[in-house]
Amino acid sequence: MRATWGGCEPVPAASGTSMIASLLGVLFDGLAYGMLLFLISVGLSVTLGLMNFVNLAHGAFGMLGGYLCALAMARWNVPFLAALPAAFAAAALAGLLLERLLYRRFYRRSHLDQVLLTIGLTFMSIAAATFLFGPQQQALRLPESLSGQFNALGVDLNTYRMFLLAVGLVLTAALTLVLERTRFGAAVRAAVDNPRVAEALGIRVGLVFQIAFAAGCGLAGLGGALGVEVLGLDPVFPLKYMVYFLLVVAVGGTSTLKGPLYAALLLGVADVAGKYYIPQVGAFIIYAMMVILLIVRPQGLVSRS
Amino acid sequence: MIAVGDPSRAARFPWEEGVFWLVLAAGFWLWPKHLALAGHVLIAGLFALSYDLILGYAGILSLGHAAYFGLGAYTAGLLAQHGWGEPLSGLLAAGCCAALAGFLTSFLVVRGQDLTRLMVTTAIGLLLFELANRLSSVTGGVDGLLGIEMAPLLGAFRFDIYGRTAYGYCLAVTFVLFLCVRRLVRSPFGWSLRGMRDNPGRMLALGYPVPHRLIAVYSVSAAIAGIAGALLAQTTQFVSIDVFSFNRSAEVMVMLIVGGAGVLYGGLVGAAVFTLAYHYLSSLNPVYWQFWLGAFLIAIVLFGRGGVLGACVRISRMWRERRREPAAQP
Repeated sequence: MRATWGGCEPVPAASGTSMIASLLGVLFDGLAYGMLLFLISVGLSVTLGLMNFVNLAHGAFGMLGGYLCALAMARWNVPFLAALPAAFAAAALAGLLLERLLYRRFYRRSHLDQVLLTIGLTFMSIAAATFLFGPQQQALRLPESLSGQFNALGVDLNTYRMFLLAVGLVLTAALTLVLERTRFGAAVRAAVDNPRVAEALGIRVGLVFQIAFAAGCGLAGLGGALGVEVLGLDPVFPLKYMVYFLLVVAVGGTSTLKGPLYAALLLGVADVAGKYYIPQVGAFIIYAMMVILLIVRPQGLVSRS
Repeated sequence: MIAVGDPSRAARFPWEEGVFWLVLAAGFWLWPKHLALAGHVLIAGLFALSYDLILGYAGILSLGHAAYFGLGAYTAGLLAQHGWGEPLSGLLAAGCCAALAGFLTSFLVVRGQDLTRLMVTTAIGLLLFELANRLSSVTGGVDGLLGIEMAPLLGAFRFDIYGRTAYGYCLAVTFVLFLCVRRLVRSPFGWSLRGMRDNPGRMLALGYPVPHRLIAVYSVSAAIAGIAGALLAQTTQFVSIDVFSFNRSAEVMVMLIVGGAGVLYGGLVGAAVFTLAYHYLSSLNPVYWQFWLGAFLIAIVLFGRGGVLGACVRISRMWRERRREPAAQP
């Protein structure tokens, strides 16, 4: 397997000729791309950020969602909008199973063991995907209503990317509500702040983490399914985007949902703009940005207290 | 308590180790048809040895060690391509180049904790991969660096098609560097590294200059990785952009874990097991190989602490205890 480290090669949707139009187009594409990164990475911010578990296999759940969606649409003619919840459910279920079988035993182990476990899982998922679906890129046929372009304020915008932004905003709002307004959200926050005291107060920390982990994997699956059109989907997906997911969490910090969201949007815009305006430099910008940000702000952009 | 830094102990060379190296030297007659493969094992073993210094001894988690391996490979390759085909000076130049890069990047690496280190090293590896990819006029890009012409080793031994010279060359370099590393980890410096791995806070409180020592060991490790890369470039007379790939960084970690981290021979044993398993399994099907590699990794972290050498130590200990029991009974 040879992973190409170019990341995605987004085709800017803007076809306007003026400078402003192309700028807006890049911004728009970058935001949609960043929203996808956020959806996939938000689950990682639970495992990596909150539970301090180095999970390099997170992208594999995204890939699972993507393949399930592509397969359901191509083989069983499931409509796209119905395949999305299925992708969420499948990835969440897989996450739940793996958490019970493997991850749980590693919460207290060293980071090295966690890295080895999750790299092993990543390799297995890549091999399994190659074996089942072949090494080629998977294509997805979007429904008519979501494909094509529409014109807003004199700029041609891609309908699907608009849809991505809308879905992302709705899900972010829902997540914020769950975490900040519900009893479960309070339990998650308590379990993260101080697991021992939370346990003493009667919160079943293990169960809370399990549900949070599964939900995070489900969101990754949903993001993977939504992202087939933008990120592409092939067996090396988990490795190809691993750095991006890690970066979102590391830069975003973990105290709020806002941190990873801003980080993902920033990353998305920077990546698309870099590839559009200075294609010679390629993925260089992202990696350089990563090193600099990690050195300057090791606690993340929006740090805890 | 083992006498720390006791020179007589450090200098002692037990017979098991002698046998190990003699078997490798006898490789010319033991596996004459597989010398090229054996040379690759030695190179991978040397690379894993360099990684053992930072992971096994100093406890620095890195997923970008291929950066230094690749730098060494390209340094030696470019030198030879531009007419400087003398192998030993090329090796030295590659080691210096990688050491310098290791020294400069070590400041970024030693600052953080596990996760930050993991990401910074990954990013450094990917940065160099991208750099080699973009500078294709110099590096040949994805086509690789071609046209490497090596002069005969020491002016006498030509690099032959059967890999005899290459094997002897790799073996000699690996052995010399192994002795250096062996001396290093048994010195007070080496013991202080283990202390920093196990409890950096306490070592700092005891007055050890923790960051300085980590920077030093990281640079040394980078130099050895660079020399391993240079050996690969010189013996295969080709450099693929693959030397910088993330997979190579992950593989060296796997080799070390398979063999056993923090025990000098772990890297060499792991490299042998890994390379042979790779050749066997990937000849069946390359996809299966990756699957089994992943499964094997998970099995190792679940059950096999300490890798192959750890298992050997446990088995020999069990055997010794069983032998002692019947002797104690009558």
